[in-house]
Amino acid sequence: MADAAVVVERGALPARPARRFGLAWVGLLPFFLFSFAFIVMPTAYLVAGSLQKNDKPSLQNYADLSTGIIPLALVTSIEVSLVTAIAGGILGFLLAYAIILGGLPRFLRTGVTTFSGVASNFAGVPLALAFTFTLGHLGVLTILLQDTLGYNLYDHDFSLSGKFGLELVYLYFQIPLMLLIIAPAIDGLKKEWREASENMGASPRDYWRRVALPILTPSILGTMILLFGNAFGAQATAYQLTGGALPLATLVISAQISGDVLHNPGLGYALAMTMVGIMAVSIGIYTLLQRRAERWLRS
Amino acid sequence: MTHGGRTGTGLRGLLRMRGGGDSSQPKSLLTRVVSWLIFIGITLYFVVPLFATFLHSIKPKPNGVPDPTLAYRTVLASPNFFIGLGYSFTVGVITILISLLIIVPTAYWVRLRAPRLRPVVEFVTLLPFVIPPVVYVFGLIRTYGGKPFQLLATDTGSNVVLVCAYVILSFPYMYRAVDTGLAAIDVRSLTEASQSLGAGWTRILLRVIFPNIRTAILSGAFLTLAIVVGEFTIATYLARNQAFGPYLSLLGRTQPYTPAVVTLVSFGLTWIAMLLIAFIGRGSRTRVQVAGAR
Repeated sequence: MADAAVVVERGALPARPARRFGLAWVGLLPFFLFSFAFIVMPTAYLVAGSLQKNDKPSLQNYADLSTGIIPLALVTSIEVSLVTAIAGGILGFLLAYAIILGGLPRFLRTGVTTFSGVASNFAGVPLALAFTFTLGHLGVLTILLQDTLGYNLYDHDFSLSGKFGLELVYLYFQIPLMLLIIAPAIDGLKKEWREASENMGASPRDYWRRVALPILTPSILGTMILLFGNAFGAQATAYQLTGGALPLATLVISAQISGDVLHNPGLGYALAMTMVGIMAVSIGIYTLLQRRAERWLRS
Repeated sequence: MTHGGRTGTGLRGLLRMRGGGDSSQPKSLLTRVVSWLIFIGITLYFVVPLFATFLHSIKPKPNGVPDPTLAYRTVLASPNFFIGLGYSFTVGVITILISLLIIVPTAYWVRLRAPRLRPVVEFVTLLPFVIPPVVYVFGLIRTYGGKPFQLLATDTGSNVVLVCAYVILSFPYMYRAVDTGLAAIDVRSLTEASQSLGAGWTRILLRVIFPNIRTAILSGAFLTLAIVVGEFTIATYLARNQAFGPYLSLLGRTQPYTPAVVTLVSFGLTWIAMLLIAFIGRGSRTRVQVAGAR
């Protein structure tokens, strides 16, 4: 590819970029061809399939999203994602605050940051298994609670494969992700801002309420939205934990792949596209808010 | 991750020698106590499942006799464990090579000649974040499973599709890593210098650009490896059951103790990948990168 461009352009390197824009795209051909074959085409297939019913163009599949298990699956997915985004966001922020501004020894901060890198990547099957060994029917903690306090979790409406159990597990990657993204923003709070507030008689509380939190709000909100998308698209953890029993959008898609459980291929495609739409909106808002947040962090 | 290494200036800085931007401010007792409580509470949440997994792994009692290493010995004697690791590592390495072969020239070209196409390239590399893995593999199966391609009918074809899917998944990390690396060097001058010495494009990329962004490439590569080795969803639905993710999943549903060992191995591998990334990126402004949830 680059070679094709050489013939045309050898020895004629422009001093400024993009002067000979006409042929510049040729160098990007391999990238675009590969992306076209392996992500654009598969996605286009789903889009096209979702807009057809009985080989005729139709929006019926989208109308049918309100039938059967799909509304419940979408609502459950959204609920789990929302709960873990908010809880993970708050806990991740508190942890970031504690290790950065809470007067904890420096080495704890390094340790927590490195561990967060690991934990946010430690998702899927192994994560689900680790929690099964902890809080499953025969989990170490379940048995410990039973033996020492005589308290049986599973007699008290707890189930690791239920909604609450899943949310508890998702926090394992949500909290570290929040911490990793929000830590630079907290770091970006300038000492001068607090000093200026103090000089004008602000209490630490005033400073947080009137200065620090408003500056951090776009970052916090944006990251929580990212966490939402992160949980919404997750499949492996939920699949391993619940065996596909919990109605989640990703698990309905899984079942639809294995065998047409919706008894309508087009409906599966419509659900898939709805998920892509929700992801696109959340990532879009995250990008916008992050851009806004960067205004303050630039220095 | 960038650590705020700013030291306090002037009198305030001298009075408090602890360094570190706004964090150098003295903390009230309440702030400290609350911070410690938050730290301890959340740390417990993170440590307990790992510790429980360890306890579970040493639990086996064949014939009532405790044998803490039995599960470990069983895993080490199991061919499927090594097949799974071997397969996933091989797929990971091939993925990284193809990804580099595509991304390095692309990022280089975008910087040098096609900066106006940058938003388009960035958008395409970010698509895997927008399309959940299960939806993505759904599209792959429908596109390549049926006519005219029918790639998924054969083992080789399925392996090819798996690698290509992972290459796509690696794009966001690889592109950003390589682009950050390129930002740190003077691409234009290096290119012009090489050209004036008579180097062609292949030589420039291989002998000049590649070595200069080694660090960036390595961190992108290890992150890709960490993602690929544990990947479950795409491997499962492309029927790559020998891969490490599907193998562990099946083990978890059928065996009592050995999955705990393999879970710990998986956690250890993630640690190694992250420590390598941190080690490679020391001193530079490389941030710890995170993969999406699975």
